[in-house]
Amino acid sequence: MAALETAATSVPEDSFVSDASLRPAFFEWLCRMGDNALILGHRTSEWCGHGPVLEEDIALANTALDLIGHTQMWLGLAGEVEGEGRDADKLAYLRDAMKFRNLLLVELPKGDMAVTMMREFLFDAFHYHLLTWLADNSKSPRVAEIAAKALKEVSYHLDRASDLVVRLGDGTEESHRRMQDALDLLWAYSGEMFVGDEVDAAMTQAGIAPDLESLRGEWETTVRDVLKEATLAMPAEAGFVHKGGKQGRHTEHLGFILAEMQFLQRAYPGASW
Amino acid sequence: MYAQLVKSDAIKSREDMSPEERAFQDRVDAGEKIEPKDWMPEGYRKTLVRQIGQHAHSEIVGQLPEGNWITRAPTLERKAILLAKVQDEAGHGLYLYSAAETLGVSRDELLEKLHSGKMKYSSIFNYPTLNWADMGAVGWLVDGAAIMNQVPLQRTSYGPYSRAMIRICKEESFHQRQGYSIMMKMAFGTPEQKEMAQDAMNRFWYPALMMFGPSDKDSVHSAQSMAWKIKINTNDELRQKFVNETVPQAEYLGLTIPDENLAWNEEKQGYDFSEPDWSEFFEVIKGNGPCNRERLGDRVKAWEDGAWFRDGLNAYAERAAERRRAASVAAE
Amino acid sequence: MSKKEWPLWEVFIRGQHGLNHRHVGSLHAPDAEMAINHARDVYTRRKEGVSIWVVPSKEITASSPSEKGPLFDPAESKTYRHPTFFDIPEEVGKM
Repeated sequence: MAALETAATSVPEDSFVSDASLRPAFFEWLCRMGDNALILGHRTSEWCGHGPVLEEDIALANTALDLIGHTQMWLGLAGEVEGEGRDADKLAYLRDAMKFRNLLLVELPKGDMAVTMMREFLFDAFHYHLLTWLADNSKSPRVAEIAAKALKEVSYHLDRASDLVVRLGDGTEESHRRMQDALDLLWAYSGEMFVGDEVDAAMTQAGIAPDLESLRGEWETTVRDVLKEATLAMPAEAGFVHKGGKQGRHTEHLGFILAEMQFLQRAYPGASW
Repeated sequence: MYAQLVKSDAIKSREDMSPEERAFQDRVDAGEKIEPKDWMPEGYRKTLVRQIGQHAHSEIVGQLPEGNWITRAPTLERKAILLAKVQDEAGHGLYLYSAAETLGVSRDELLEKLHSGKMKYSSIFNYPTLNWADMGAVGWLVDGAAIMNQVPLQRTSYGPYSRAMIRICKEESFHQRQGYSIMMKMAFGTPEQKEMAQDAMNRFWYPALMMFGPSDKDSVHSAQSMAWKIKINTNDELRQKFVNETVPQAEYLGLTIPDENLAWNEEKQGYDFSEPDWSEFFEVIKGNGPCNRERLGDRVKAWEDGAWFRDGLNAYAERAAERRRAASVAAE
Repeated sequence: MSKKEWPLWEVFIRGQHGLNHRHVGSLHAPDAEMAINHARDVYTRRKEGVSIWVVPSKEITASSPSEKGPLFDPAESKTYRHPTFFDIPEEVGKM
């Protein structure tokens, strides 16, 4: 209780939160942050009880729990910025697929552990550099604060995912093949992380978020180093890029995620849980 | 309980004991803990492996009925709480397998026996979770029943088992409460929610009573386990205690316990209640419960699908160790 | 079916308050680095620790139970090692 009170009183002043001219873009951008965490957390949580070994089952649940926590923070702030009385739960449970703003990468089915860990690694490498920038440079104190909290956990996610990518890539013939297949499958979905649009441009201009293109170099370095150690072949850089998730055009998979996730809230509107 | 039908030897009288057995029994009677390297009767070791193994299996199979609802939890907070709880169960399985391993059996061997059906897990996890209130009922009734047994087991004679139980009880303390908190929301919520709560109560009441196992008043098997302090109370004592504690909790929720014979008995200072249908219990144990096939199928699939993952990490670790050895030889 | 089980490790954790590392349990991991990660995920879910040691279980040498008498009983007779052995007059104050 004491901790909650301290947290509540120490919310930093942030004029961006009530800046009407910035509102639509800021809200969109915060939904992107929150939805990535929500959907990746959902996919990761699907492993609970089905992991390849108990220790890994527990570790995956930790990652999923961290991501649910990030969702609550980002979507909570999104609701505040929007100012229409929607909280994190309302945003998570009562938007339809076309209003979701997550990357296509995070909504793909969890696949085997190779797809799960490779996806997490590719996303974590991006997430880590993005959060680092936000924690250090964002002009929005609220954004910087959330990023700093999430960064601690995401640093560990990236360490763990990198380690597993290296070990499985350089493990047995089968684990190597599975990791390479996963990489080849996911590669075309990773480009979307760096494709900015007018929302990103507005955030960059306001000094809230970085130019996404500027993160690509660091991401590539991180990814290249790990893949090299993992003895995995990095696909050609200028390949086809699947995109659209950030604007609400998703794969068929998201609809099924939401059908499952939102079922109770949709079937029993207004109930308290 | 989580270890419902553990076979053990018939109890030995003091005269029939060897000097070693007598010294062992004296240590147990004096409340001393037995540790892995200590001498112990073979029956003690075997019974413990069965009991701890069954308990561990119950924890990891027990992840499944609740895990079923993680992706459908109705709020972000409920999702996080449920995930944390189901994750704890994986942890408890891990602690218990570790305790069993100190008795000279490996975790993989135990898992193999689970997968092949040679070892059992608690009957309760073969029942389906059909609506969200089941998450409340499982936490409140199933964890509530489990705690009845686990709290006294903290004092069990086998050191590693006792220490695992102490850790588990500490972590479990939030599980039952989170279940009751879901039940309160449901029972005091909309008419539909209340209906779900009552439905969950109706389906989980008797399976929860079965968790304590059949009456063991006259069982020589439990007499030996009790003498060895690997079983602390009789099944009937625990079942009675559970009913006594649960009835007022159900009353507070305004839920009806599905038992017409339930009545306070002033004389025994406890409730009279109907026995569960033991023929159903034995069918479930035999493999004919509503979800036996799915539960075991899920565990086997997770294990088999994970083989390449475990092997891949082993191969890497072995090669890395080889490289380190080569490097240190080269340095010399 | 996997060919080989991951080795067993014993986990020791030092809590927040600077006390010694304490044995908390065991786990399986392919090597020491992964054992540390697993220990973090398994044994510090409730902020239990600030430092982790892992040791292969097979490297632990335990004292033999039959030696218990000779090993530990001699300490029993050395009550002068405990502060309560000495009577200090109350007037002297706290010591």
